[in-house]
Amino acid sequence: MTTLHLNGAVRSVSSAQDTPLLYVLRDELGLNGAKFGCGLGQCGACTVLLDDRPIFSCVTPLGSVGDRVVTTVEGLGTEAAPGRVQKAFEAEQAAQCGYCIAGMIVRAEALLRKTPKPSERGIRAALAPNLCRCGTHMRILRAVRRAAGTPA
Amino acid sequence: MRAPSRRLVVGGGALTVFFALSVSATGQGKPTVKAPELPGDLRTQPRLDAWIRVGADGRITIFTGKAELGQGLKTAILQIAADELDAPLDQLDLVTADTGLTPNEGVTAGSHSMQDSGAAIRNAAANVRWLLIEAAARRWSAEPQSLATGHGTVRASDGRSLAYGELASGLDLSVDARPAVPPRPRGGGPIGQDVPRVDIPAKLAGGQAYIQDFRPPGMVHARLVRGPSYGTALGEADIAAVRAMPGVIAVVQKGRFLAVVAEGEWQAIQAQQRLQAAPSRSTATRPDDIHSWLLSAPAQVEVILDRGGAEGARTASAAYTRPYLMHGSIGPSCAVAQAKHGELTVWTHSQGVFPLRKAIAQLVGLPPEKVRCRHMEGAGCYGHNGADDAAGDAALIAMAVPGRPVRVQWMRDQEHGWEPLGSAMVARLSASLTPEGRVASWRHDVWSMTHSTRPQEAGRLLAGQEVDPPFQAPPPRPIPMPEGGGDRNAIPLYAFPTARVAYHFVPEMPLRVSALRSLGAHMNVFSIESFVDELALLADEDPVAFRLAHLDDSRAHDVINAAARSFGWQAWRRSHGRGRGFAFARYKNLAAYCAVALELEVEPVTGEVWLGRVVSAVDCGQAINPDGIRNQIEGAIVQSLSWSMLEQVGWDADRRTSFDWSAYPILRFPALPQSVEVEVIDRPTEPFLGVGEAGQGPAAAALANAVADATGKRLRDLPLTAEKVKAAMG
Ligand code: FES
Ligand code: FES
Repeated sequence: MTTLHLNGAVRSVSSAQDTPLLYVLRDELGLNGAKFGCGLGQCGACTVLLDDRPIFSCVTPLGSVGDRVVTTVEGLGTEAAPGRVQKAFEAEQAAQCGYCIAGMIVRAEALLRKTPKPSERGIRAALAPNLCRCGTHMRILRAVRRAAGTPA
Repeated sequence: MRAPSRRLVVGGGALTVFFALSVSATGQGKPTVKAPELPGDLRTQPRLDAWIRVGADGRITIFTGKAELGQGLKTAILQIAADELDAPLDQLDLVTADTGLTPNEGVTAGSHSMQDSGAAIRNAAANVRWLLIEAAARRWSAEPQSLATGHGTVRASDGRSLAYGELASGLDLSVDARPAVPPRPRGGGPIGQDVPRVDIPAKLAGGQAYIQDFRPPGMVHARLVRGPSYGTALGEADIAAVRAMPGVIAVVQKGRFLAVVAEGEWQAIQAQQRLQAAPSRSTATRPDDIHSWLLSAPAQVEVILDRGGAEGARTASAAYTRPYLMHGSIGPSCAVAQAKHGELTVWTHSQGVFPLRKAIAQLVGLPPEKVRCRHMEGAGCYGHNGADDAAGDAALIAMAVPGRPVRVQWMRDQEHGWEPLGSAMVARLSASLTPEGRVASWRHDVWSMTHSTRPQEAGRLLAGQEVDPPFQAPPPRPIPMPEGGGDRNAIPLYAFPTARVAYHFVPEMPLRVSALRSLGAHMNVFSIESFVDELALLADEDPVAFRLAHLDDSRAHDVINAAARSFGWQAWRRSHGRGRGFAFARYKNLAAYCAVALELEVEPVTGEVWLGRVVSAVDCGQAINPDGIRNQIEGAIVQSLSWSMLEQVGWDADRRTSFDWSAYPILRFPALPQSVEVEVIDRPTEPFLGVGEAGQGPAAAALANAVADATGKRLRDLPLTAEKVKAAMG
């Protein structure tokens, strides 16, 4: 059994140590937020926070997490009580299919924790690891600016 | 290469062959028309209770055979229904594409949903509202004309009112819709409002929003074992070793079809990876140069426009190409299937649950009525990607492990390697100009492989091709005009006095292809709108003015003028390395009008293109949800810029080589335009028109025109990569 600090709770999980964190979150714990997109660290659909840093959970073995705190999009707010980044995405209607969006929100949260007032270039650079195929990018950028309180 | 049949013409020569086109060639697979006088898909399914039911508790359920693909369909359909029923949005529930519950509306594609389903539901809702009024009139012995509705109630002038739920017991919806019922007085309803999308909140908070998140009790995980790409086969794999791996429940093998089933997802993946390590061999021949192959392959040639007249003196010609493009969904294809008591249920993100049911029934050998296909959202698909194949995979595996729901998800390399691509294409255009600088004659020839191999038959599913004996895929056929496939948007909207357009349909497909968002329109509009700019240059006229001078359609003028105005076309100042580009099209010449203007800067040393402002204007008739329309057009533009600047599928003698996002790069944030603005021209008295694919062509051409404006060099071969721009600049 492995102890996981996840979204403000302590969970114990039975997956093998080499299981990528993504499958522990989705398959063993039944969370939906982190998505499988590539399993290769190329798309960011699986992005979660380890403490305050964004990581690709698809290439992060469970055994490497240790006592760092894992935060998924579920840990940032709920439908009834959305967090600040989620609220901004809702206000900007920043989703088409939305499959990439949980990863975008988590990566934006990491950026804003480190840099509360990011520049436009800084936002674009920070989000670069995450892909969106629907072309929702311009709305995602608006949502991140809104969450930061830095309208363009 | 197969010998050409007698219908085929080698090499697009002088002989023109016309051939019969059946409705099924569109791949829409809809039932027959019963009531031609009704709007949209009421024509095939006129009964009201197929579309709307009113419960005694006041809940109203709307049924659509179309599916939410991330395009905002659910919200738009609810807006239309609530508006016409005169009931609050939150009193409505919506059931989407499900062969067990909803009308058969074929495939959700081609920007058709509003015309097919929206128009049907609007009319059905008007009928239901009127029947509710008549039910109240009977109760009160009043004249229906004296009654009104509001907020889900029928009201009399004396102040009496009855909620719709109270009227439900006296309501008979097992009747056909009538074409004209007294409509509700216009205005005040949700149509035309920026109603927030109903599906978005769950997607932002990790709710169960996708088929990928669906976990019925007892579910097991399956993974497919295939060669590296379509047109390859895997050699002998060590199945016995895999059966002994932890968590593995079954290895399902039927002919070349091979899958592993495990209790845990990671366990299934580990078993799959072990099997997949077996060597593979190629089973197909792939030409090195697909564009010259296209020009010489056996083709069916159809002249789709032949308008005779005079030729002008000054002539120009140009050839354009597009590579194979990938749908590239961010979420690999997924399906869940369960076989129980002789019946099979398949949860799928296919765009066409009804045609898919036919194909799956054939695949597993069940009568279609024993198979139920239920749509659940997946990641955006942008056409016929791996969704149907994954459903076929899950169905076949589920039959082998009866009782347990089986979840299949493709791996990234499988999605990249096996999905049907958007066809590579070639277009050759020529024209002549009058002495006054007007187009006198125009000619457009376009070569393409098919744009639809959507399955209605097991032979079009990967699993159907892999089982032993394999099912045969029917030969691909062109999609008839006015929608068209490879010839979609090949007929110019411009009023050229002499014009000839021919479609060279190549039935063979060395790489697997099918419908990709906008089909041939991306390429044809890219070619037409690039060439129009080349002609404007030859005529020494401003490209916007040149376009307007050749268009008689006032709505076309309005979108062009709107885009030029908000871009600031007139006042735009040239500076070194910067360029501006304009393009316009009416999607399929019958759906939304869209104009795009953009500016960019070219880095002289590297050829890199930096996108500045992008401005668009769109007219899709009555705007149901203007923000939804903006969202779709913004997305179409950004996606098309990615296709047109970066994307091309590669292959070698052994396989397709674009197996992940490093081998098939798409646009990332740092390369995005500075801004994308969309202006929606609302036409409240016009029918609503499909919009989802309208931006694809104009965005590509505006890009090419701006690159030409910035560099003085015309690039005609997509994608317009930095290497090509650099090489052109010398
Ligand atoms: S799924 Fe982890 S980066 Fe793509
Ligand atoms: S919204 Fe569909 S992938 Fe980003």
